[in-house]
Amino acid sequence: MGTMLRGFLLLLSLLSITAPAFSLYEDQVGLADWHQKYIGKVKDAVFHTQKTGRKRVVVSTEENVIASLDLRHGEIFWRHVLGPNDVIDRIDIAMGKYVITLSSEGSILRAWNLPDGQMVWEAFLQGPHSSKSSLLVPASLKVDKDNVILAFGKGCLHAVSGIHGEILWKKDLEAESFEIQHMIQASGSDLIHLVGFVGSSRFDSYTIDAKRGELLKHDSAAIPGGYSGQASLVSSSTLVVMDSAGSTVTTISFQDGKVTFSQTPVSTLIEDFVGKAKLLALKLEGVFAVKTGTHTTFVRVTVEGKLEVVDKINHATAVSDVLEISENRQAFAFVHSRSNGIDLTVKLGADWNHDLLKESIKMDQERGSVQKVYINNYIRTDRSHGFRALIVMEDHSLLLVQQGAVVWSREDALASVIDVKTSELPVEKKGVSVAKVEESLFEWLQGHVLKLKGTLMLASPDDMAAIQSLRLKASGKSKMTRDHNGFRKLLIVLTKAGKVFALHTGDGRIVWSRLLNSLRQSETCENPTGLNLFPWHVPHHHALDENPSALVVSRCGPSDDALGLLSFVDTYTGKELSSSSLDHSVVQVIPLPFMDSTEQRLHLLIDASGQAHLYPKTSDALSVFRPELSNVYWYSVEAETGIIKGYALKEKASDDYSFDTRSIWSIVFPSESEKIIKTSTRKLNEVVHTQAKVVADQDAMFKYISKNLLFVATVAPKASGDIGSSTPEESWLIVYLIDTITGRILHRMTHHGAQGPVEAVVSENWVIYHYFNLRAHKYEMSVIEIYDQSRADNKDVWKLILGKHNLTSPVSSYSRPEIMTRSQSYFFTHSVKSIAVTSTAKGITSKQLLIGTVGDQVLALDKRFLDPRRSVNPTQAEKEEGIIPLTDSLPIIPQSYITHALKVEGLRGIETVPAKLESTTLIFAYGVDLFFTRFAPSRTYDSLTEDFSYALLLLTIVALVAAIFITWILSEKKELRDKWR
Amino acid sequence: MSSIARLRPALLLLLLQFCLSVLSPALAISTGSVDGHTINGRIKIPVAIGALGKISNVKVILNGGQNVTFLRPDGYFSFHNVPAGTHLIEVSATGYFFSPVRVDVSARFPGKVQAALTENRRGLTELVWEPLREEYYYEIREPFSIMSLVKSPMGLMIGFMLVVVFLMPKLMENMDPEEMQRAQEEMRSQGVPSLANFLQPAATARSG
Repeated sequence: MGTMLRGFLLLLSLLSITAPAFSLYEDQVGLADWHQKYIGKVKDAVFHTQKTGRKRVVVSTEENVIASLDLRHGEIFWRHVLGPNDVIDRIDIAMGKYVITLSSEGSILRAWNLPDGQMVWEAFLQGPHSSKSSLLVPASLKVDKDNVILAFGKGCLHAVSGIHGEILWKKDLEAESFEIQHMIQASGSDLIHLVGFVGSSRFDSYTIDAKRGELLKHDSAAIPGGYSGQASLVSSSTLVVMDSAGSTVTTISFQDGKVTFSQTPVSTLIEDFVGKAKLLALKLEGVFAVKTGTHTTFVRVTVEGKLEVVDKINHATAVSDVLEISENRQAFAFVHSRSNGIDLTVKLGADWNHDLLKESIKMDQERGSVQKVYINNYIRTDRSHGFRALIVMEDHSLLLVQQGAVVWSREDALASVIDVKTSELPVEKKGVSVAKVEESLFEWLQGHVLKLKGTLMLASPDDMAAIQSLRLKASGKSKMTRDHNGFRKLLIVLTKAGKVFALHTGDGRIVWSRLLNSLRQSETCENPTGLNLFPWHVPHHHALDENPSALVVSRCGPSDDALGLLSFVDTYTGKELSSSSLDHSVVQVIPLPFMDSTEQRLHLLIDASGQAHLYPKTSDALSVFRPELSNVYWYSVEAETGIIKGYALKEKASDDYSFDTRSIWSIVFPSESEKIIKTSTRKLNEVVHTQAKVVADQDAMFKYISKNLLFVATVAPKASGDIGSSTPEESWLIVYLIDTITGRILHRMTHHGAQGPVEAVVSENWVIYHYFNLRAHKYEMSVIEIYDQSRADNKDVWKLILGKHNLTSPVSSYSRPEIMTRSQSYFFTHSVKSIAVTSTAKGITSKQLLIGTVGDQVLALDKRFLDPRRSVNPTQAEKEEGIIPLTDSLPIIPQSYITHALKVEGLRGIETVPAKLESTTLIFAYGVDLFFTRFAPSRTYDSLTEDFSYALLLLTIVALVAAIFITWILSEKKELRDKWR
Repeated sequence: MSSIARLRPALLLLLLQFCLSVLSPALAISTGSVDGHTINGRIKIPVAIGALGKISNVKVILNGGQNVTFLRPDGYFSFHNVPAGTHLIEVSATGYFFSPVRVDVSARFPGKVQAALTENRRGLTELVWEPLREEYYYEIREPFSIMSLVKSPMGLMIGFMLVVVFLMPKLMENMDPEEMQRAQEEMRSQGVPSLANFLQPAATARSG
């Protein structure tokens, strides 16, 4: 009997052995995760609208993406993200089947197959020095039945075969600093004109035979009045340039080997002209456009070379390139934005007074001004020309406009996420019954019967489809209210466009989006850039009728000393509550753990001169903050000079809300041997559950847990470049653990023969960092764990009884405890873009690392694989504790990619947010794409999984009850029979 | 129709070109004219390309992102302007696990290839390699089996019940009759509540 029970228990324990923590069945994709693809702000577009086949537009973007979009719906056919050092300069379509990209300052020319995005060929163009690049795909130029593509880059002109990408000929122009402006094919001939400038004063024109690459002619002349870098081509032999002062227009005619100039002051063209004029890049026959302030003036150049104003538009306008609609007929469009929409005008180049098209398009939300417009035409059924326009707005969105309406739009600001924070959703209102939202009992049961069929593999394909659709809309995951498990939240996302989005974690839809007025370009603030998001006002449990709000910190320019901007956004509605321009710069923002009486979080903004400013600027906040003045410390890292400094606040305030600071410590790294490449700290909101770690032999180790731990990695200056640029002997990596209050160096370790890039994550009492080992020529990951030795004595029972322990003494940075560190290193196969760690509500669940690999996937790796106590032959006790035998490299299990078969193209960051349910953490990975999922690091031990079959449970219970009654009846009968006997 | 006919010779030419390039030992490191070298290589992906790993989505990455390039239809790739030194090439292809490759670009012996897979230290005579293994990102659903039903908590419940109902009496039978009797006595004296006793008062109460 006893052996049987034991056997049974053994069976139970065998069954409970767990598989990898994260694993997904293919039919579970999309249940808890969502993935969105973006491309970024479009910087160039080429249409491909032939009569046959699907209509598409090929775009290149600021995120360095080349993509082919469906013109009908705006979906992505294919897309490639090029490397960060390989910026796309020009795109075009050749021979109606290849997309041609010129990148890396005109040194790499690639052809992509238009239907599927497969790279067909790649040509490397070399030249003596860097220069501007230009690309020309002539339609009719052929050399031996081969189409020729002309690319200018690095001071050389290359002719490349369109079919297989061979370089047919190369012509070095032998002109230092020749900046190409235009490459023109003289119509109907094989001659190519290159026009450009040398420096700011000389004009050069080259004529080249496109078939053989011979230089036929070279003209050069000094431009009177200088050159500002803006030029507009008005005919194949006339160029208009703006002088460096922005006040005179020079017309350059370079026909027949003669270069002639004629100058016209802008003021004679435009009355009441002041300031600086700009030339718009318009390639219209005989017309150029001058922009002065918000006005755009179109000027015609007559055959005799005279200038006359044809039109003047008093709005901020975007002008499209010229579109050849038929023989000698050119059309172009200009668009300007109104208060609630945009006006699109298409004009014929030759006939100025007549509009081909004039439409005003209503838009349902604020998208700012129009930045770029590209037009394309189609033939209507009545043989007239129709036009469609692709419009890039200030908020980086992309719109396709046709017949006076927006056909589709893409929110491509989401490709450039700067910062992410979460906000709770509103609580479900009383009176709205849950039952109304949930389906009826019968439907519920039906669903579960279906699921049961699924698990028993009895379901037909129809049933399977029904199960899948049931799962996808499961349990109202996209409801706009808080849920019990804390899975439903709002992701507040700040983007480079200055637009703030709220995404629902359930299905990833945009709940609201707002182009912040304070983050738009203005005269006072030329180039505003967003920096950070902070939760500003999070209502208390009893004040749930108030909406929470977030603080957006930004500054007016890329440099540190640009003035700051603050903006407050309601996270339920997206309304910009208020905004203010600061009179100081913002270098660092310290969210303080204090709140004023209206529950606004206190923030300390540090400016470039080292002064601290308290926000909100209320006397209430000040009274909360004053007593804590002496407890506020921070540090700054100056990577260029190699100095880390610690600061404290001075008691005496310079004005009411600003405080002077004093430097209290500094660490100077020797610049000849060390260069700071990475710093990392613990997340402020991380929760640690246990202070001690119980080790195998009934022993305990106390974790050194400090919120002020800073990880710093330095490398030898010689090894700070890329891999392959230094030898193992001359490179080293030194890591430091620094207490940021006292500046005490807790630990220092050198890795010889190692170099960056370093990615690191700090959590609880450990640091994990990733670097390159030059000797093994492999990537490595190391872990350092820190333990508090001073509390190790507390294990003595006698001391505890006699009260001689220090368990009740406060943990302070000033107490300088004895610490002990342990570390270990392992090989890791891939390079890493970002490392994060899971975080849960109470910190009880074991941790997993989230590694963003070079292939733009996110891999979950159990922290137990990075445990310094791993050894080759763990003892029995250690095995029971869960220590994995030591291997030299970390395992990569395909099933533990949390992004499964998807890629987060251009991955830049991974954010983890705890759910209310302790076992679960929410993960948001962003780059060009967005990916969100729910993840349970040690499986969902505190809730039933989604595919738990309630029907099977019910069935079992019914069966058990039936069995009980049957056996009861049987035993009754037997008893009766016995009694009769 | 005519356009297709025109295309054909071009395609043939293309094919011929590829055959030639396969034959020629182009997979080497050649010196460029300026300052850098060129690394040419080839990646072989098994023909069975599923929905996951399209060759057009394969990226070849030099030194952790310094240069990124793509594969030509025949699997060839090249990096240009690479300085002399030891470099690392990684391949990112959904559905396949590739070992990174270390490549020595030597300034002294141009054209000489020294490459090795870093995962298993296997040397490559030519810069041609293939994935170490396929990666399947999903758990495979096991087909329905009695075992899986038995393993589920409900199955275990039923199993336990069956054991108690059918095996326990058998075990009891094997026991010494005297001992059995003693045990039964003990049980009776303790008054173990049986289900029948439990339900009977309720039944009598209802009838009464």
